[in-house]
Parts: sequence; structure tokens; C-alpha cells
Amino acid sequence: MMALLKRDLAIATRSGGAAMLGVLFFLAVVAVIPFGIGPDLNLLSRIGPAILWIGALLASLLGLDRLFQADREDGSLDMLVMQDWFGLVATVFVKCLAHWLATGLPLVLAAPLLGLLMNMSATSTGAVMLTLVAGTPAISFIGAVGAAIAVALPRGGLLVSILILPLAIPILIFGVSASYAAVTDPDPFLPPFMILSAIALFFAALGPVAAAAALKGASD
Amino acid sequence: MTDTTVSQGWFTGLANPTRFLALSGKLLPWLAAASAITLVVGLYMSFAAPEDYQQGITVRIMFIHVPAAWLAMMCYSVMAVAALGTLVWRHPLADVAAKSALPIGAAFTFLSLLTGSLWGRPMWGTWWVWDARLTSVFVLFLMYLGLMALHKAMDDPARAARPAAVLTLVGFINIPIIKFSVDWWNTLHQPASVMRLDGPTIHPTLLYPLLVMAISFTLIFFTLHFMAMRNEILRRRVQAMRRQAAQSIGGGAIGGGAIGGGETR
Repeated sequence: MMALLKRDLAIATRSGGAAMLGVLFFLAVVAVIPFGIGPDLNLLSRIGPAILWIGALLASLLGLDRLFQADREDGSLDMLVMQDWFGLVATVFVKCLAHWLATGLPLVLAAPLLGLLMNMSATSTGAVMLTLVAGTPAISFIGAVGAAIAVALPRGGLLVSILILPLAIPILIFGVSASYAAVTDPDPFLPPFMILSAIALFFAALGPVAAAAALKGASD
Repeated sequence: MTDTTVSQGWFTGLANPTRFLALSGKLLPWLAAASAITLVVGLYMSFAAPEDYQQGITVRIMFIHVPAAWLAMMCYSVMAVAALGTLVWRHPLADVAAKSALPIGAAFTFLSLLTGSLWGRPMWGTWWVWDARLTSVFVLFLMYLGLMALHKAMDDPARAARPAAVLTLVGFINIPIIKFSVDWWNTLHQPASVMRLDGPTIHPTLLYPLLVMAISFTLIFFTLHFMAMRNEILRRRVQAMRRQAAQSIGGGAIGGGAIGGGETR
């Protein structure tokens, strides 16, 4: 499993990998927002956390369709599916983890820079980073289901986003509300953050099982 | 097919599409008649019901809105059961049932969103608010559309069956969220007033029309669902026949071309 993790990370970071693309897309989306709503720094600092979250959500959806498709094209997916059931679920879990390390973690690291551009305070930026650390794995895990479903389709990318976005709405809701709770005084930060972590753990349990079932179904 | 020792129950007997077509063909006129009668009675009772002292005449929207919302959730539950049927028992009609329920469920969801919006304008003063109940129903609508897009994207219905079933089951978490959203969060949408443990809190003069309408909508759903399932079975048969015909023609043409090529050489 460690070997698989290393392999997936290597593929993602070398040439042709999607790791950097996600971060660049994140930067581009967030940089477009001030052009759309005007360079009002007060307004930007108020909606900053939400913008960062939406950008991160879209950026992590972007690379999802390649999660299993690259393996399918070179035939190694068939080898992975041929394991026993628990082996397959564990494999999917590790692949999600590698996908998060390659695309989710860079988004978290890029968030402070964008927070600066959005005129956000230090606490606000820290809260966004913390919620992104908890929330982006959930997107990767639930996104694996969509990636597994659309693996056999030639243009699955858009379909994966359509299928996964409704399921990712709770992540966005609690991520953004936790980030706002950190800066606005009366709201406590912990409850929404705890719910966000709970969602992440729940999807970490559900996602690999459902994705493995879909992969099994797609292969025979 | 290989295991002949298992005695055929009526449920496995339904796995034969021809038998299902025969049975549902007999059942359909009765279902259609029953749903038409209950709809007429329900509509009459809805219009005969007294106006609410607060809401006035807009209370009648509820007789469409609430059953439609119930049916939107029931339709997804039916699809989830059918998805289990596809994944666990590999019942051949389960996939047909799940697929043909999709547009009906989307229609009911849209109807409940639309009527709720029409009611919300005079009552809440707005067409739409992003509260928990409305948002979760909107997510349900998006999931119906997403599943329809998934079925559209795959040209072979047999291959689309299992991925769609997995997605249906994953999306089922939304149904309890819709049901309990009014209790968990402080929402603008009023909490449940009919299905609660201490009995309905709604006045009988308004409750009975609502229940008749709910029965009528349920019957309409099953009528439409049976019709859609029959259409889907027939559509798949036509598709299979077309494929066979195309194969026999295509094979002949290729063979003829090869022979022709041989002759010119």
C-alpha cells in the first residue's frame, strides 16, 4: 500500500500530472473574483473565506475524473479490481489519500497567499486553512465515488462534477460557516468544525466502499 | 438459470419481463381508474375545504405541495430499494424500475419546489430562501438530474445499471436530511404537522383532503411508474432487435464487400 501511495504521488507530481494544475486553477478562480465584483477591499475581506472555499471545491473537483481513468487506460485498474473485496477498498482509500496529498494539500498551502490578496485577517486565513485541511479530504473521498462511476466514460469530467457537487454541498456549508465563526464574535468556531470533521470521517468510510462497488460493477 | 432447485416465488417470477408486462398490463387500467377517481375526489375536497384563518385561500396550495414533496422523497426511496435489488439480488427489473422512476421523481420534486415558491411569495414575502428544507430538496432535484445525466451518458443500459445504483444509494443520505431538516435547524419552513408521534396538529377539515390527495398522488406515481417501466422494457427490446438486425445486415455487407474485393482482384 505504501508502494501504491508513492507511485500515485510520483505520477501526480511528475510531468503530465494534475497536482500543479489544481493549484493554478485555484489561483485563477480566486484572482477572477475581484474583477467580477470590483476591487472593494472591505467587501473582499468579508466574502474572502467563501471565495477561497468555492475555489478550493472547484479545484479539487477538477482533477477527480483522472483518479481512476489513468489506471484504466494503462490497464492497471483491472489488476487492482481483481483483488479481494477488502484489498480493493483499501486500495481505493490509499488512492484517495494520494489524490488528496497531491491536489488537496497544495490548495491548503496556497490559501494564505490568496488570503493576502483577499485582504483577509490572519485569524480568518488560519481558520480557512484549518477547515480546508479537514474538508478537502472529504471532497476527495466522496469524489472517488463519482470518479469510479464515470471511469468508463470518454468525457467523464463534467459528469463527475455534476454528480458530486450536490453531495459536496454540506462540506461547503460547514466549512464556510466554521471559517466565518472564527472571525465573527458571538458564533462558536468548534461546533461547525466538529460537524465538518464528522462529515470528512463519514465520507472516508463511505466513499472507498461505494467507489469499490462501482469499480467492480464497471469492470464486469 | 443454472440453479433450478430454487422454487420460483412470485417476486422472482416477476424477473421475467414478459410475465411482468402481462401482469402490469392487467393491473394498469385499475390503477389508472383508481388514481383518476381519487384525484377528482381529492380536488373536489380541496376546493370545498374552508379557508385558513391566517393563510386565506393560499392554503389550497398545500394540497398539491405537501403530497408532491412526500412523493418526491418516496420516489427516491423506491429507487434506493431498486438499487439494492440491482446490487444485492441482481433482479433484472430493478434497474428498469430505478431508471424509469427518475423523471417522475424529478417532476414531483420540481412540482413541490414550484408550488412552495408560489406559496412562499404571499406568505413569506419571497420566492425563495436558502433554508435547510428548501436547500436539501433542491439538492434532491439536482441529484435526480445528475442521475438522469448519468443514464444519458452511457449508451448501454446494462452497464449503467450498477454505477447508477451505487450513486443512488450514496445519495440516499439526503432523504433523512430532508425529513429532519426542520427539526435539526431553525428554519423558515414550518415543522412537520401531519406525520408526528403525538398525532397530526392540523385541523381535520384540512387534513382529510390532504390525505386523499396524498393517496391520489401515490396512485398516480405507481400508474406512471408502471407505464414507464413497460415503455423502458419495450424500448430495450426494440434496441436489442435493432442491434441484431444491424449486426446481420452489417455482417452480410462486410462479407459481400470481401467477396466483391476478391472478384475485382
